[in-house]
Amino acid sequence: MSIRVRVPTPLRNVTGGLADLEATAPTVLACFGELETQFPGFSDRVLEENGEVRRFVNVFVNGEDIRFLDGLNTALKSGDELSIVPAMAGG
Amino acid sequence: MATNGNGARTLTLDQIRRYQRQIIMPEVGSIGQRKLLDASVLCIGAGGLGSPSALYLAAAGVGKLGIVDFDVVDVSNLHRQILHGNKDVGRPKVESAADTLRDINPDVEIIGYNEPINSENAFDIMRDYDVVLNGSDNFPTRYLVNDACFLLGKPLVDGMIFRFEGQATVYQPGSGCYRCLFPSPPPPGAVPSCAEAGVLGVLPGIIGSIEAVEAIKLILGEGTSLVNRLLLFDSLAMEFRQVKIRRDPTCPLCGDEPSISELIDYEAFCGGPAASALS
Repeated sequence: MSIRVRVPTPLRNVTGGLADLEATAPTVLACFGELETQFPGFSDRVLEENGEVRRFVNVFVNGEDIRFLDGLNTALKSGDELSIVPAMAGG
Repeated sequence: MATNGNGARTLTLDQIRRYQRQIIMPEVGSIGQRKLLDASVLCIGAGGLGSPSALYLAAAGVGKLGIVDFDVVDVSNLHRQILHGNKDVGRPKVESAADTLRDINPDVEIIGYNEPINSENAFDIMRDYDVVLNGSDNFPTRYLVNDACFLLGKPLVDGMIFRFEGQATVYQPGSGCYRCLFPSPPPPGAVPSCAEAGVLGVLPGIIGSIEAVEAIKLILGEGTSLVNRLLLFDSLAMEFRQVKIRRDPTCPLCGDEPSISELIDYEAFCGGPAASALS
């Protein structure tokens, strides 16, 4: 078992088109680091230069916004689902 | 509508015939149908999302539909904007939309606003409507509509689309807003426009229809609305998921110590229109 990472459409050009990734890191931040090694540029798209999550991007663990959990330090365990949800404006 | 002996409005025979398939459902009934006929919904945009939303709301008998759009119909709109047809290319979208909607249901009052919605006119346009339904295609309008709905105390049914993916939710004043979810727009120039990114033509049909369902539920007072839930739809995976939206106590609009009490310059706030973040 591992952590399932759900990749939104706008990020799939750095994941080779993959919509679903697997990770084993113990926190959200470590998970992004793990994915960065597999998909260079991944972290830059989700995090600001100061290391915070971009304000037009939300990260959810099992449907809960990490801003209302422990932020990037939110713990992950096997079976968790991490969703990255960017703002979209299309109508 | 006719009135009965007590002065209460009843449904006409024509209305009973037209709406019978939804009147026979206990969640609607004749009382619910009257609620729909007495209700008003403002559709922001007569494009991809606004087309199915307005079509289904008109067909359902929502009594007054406002349509705000300053664009004209282009042939490249027609793969998804089903309010308009070939004969409408070059016409203002509000005129084309009004013709289509009146044909679907002459029982409905259609009011077109052939102008951009902005900080100067938003309150005047939105004030008279019960529900606002967002089908806009840019971030400045999305923040404007969010702020205006909160300040006017109106529910906002929201939807957005990108390529094969869509999102939908409902904001009730006091239960969180678009700014709680996305405090800032993406930086200008960092994202492709809708025209550059592309969109599956059917996708707004699904998300716009979900918006119409949510507007009807709000009017009827039935079911569980998408308040505090963001519905995520991926048509490539053919999968719906949802995540929680919470009111952010630090939100500058609806938080505990708000700093926004009037409409601002949204073009400056957003630095220009954009279709999606992250790309």
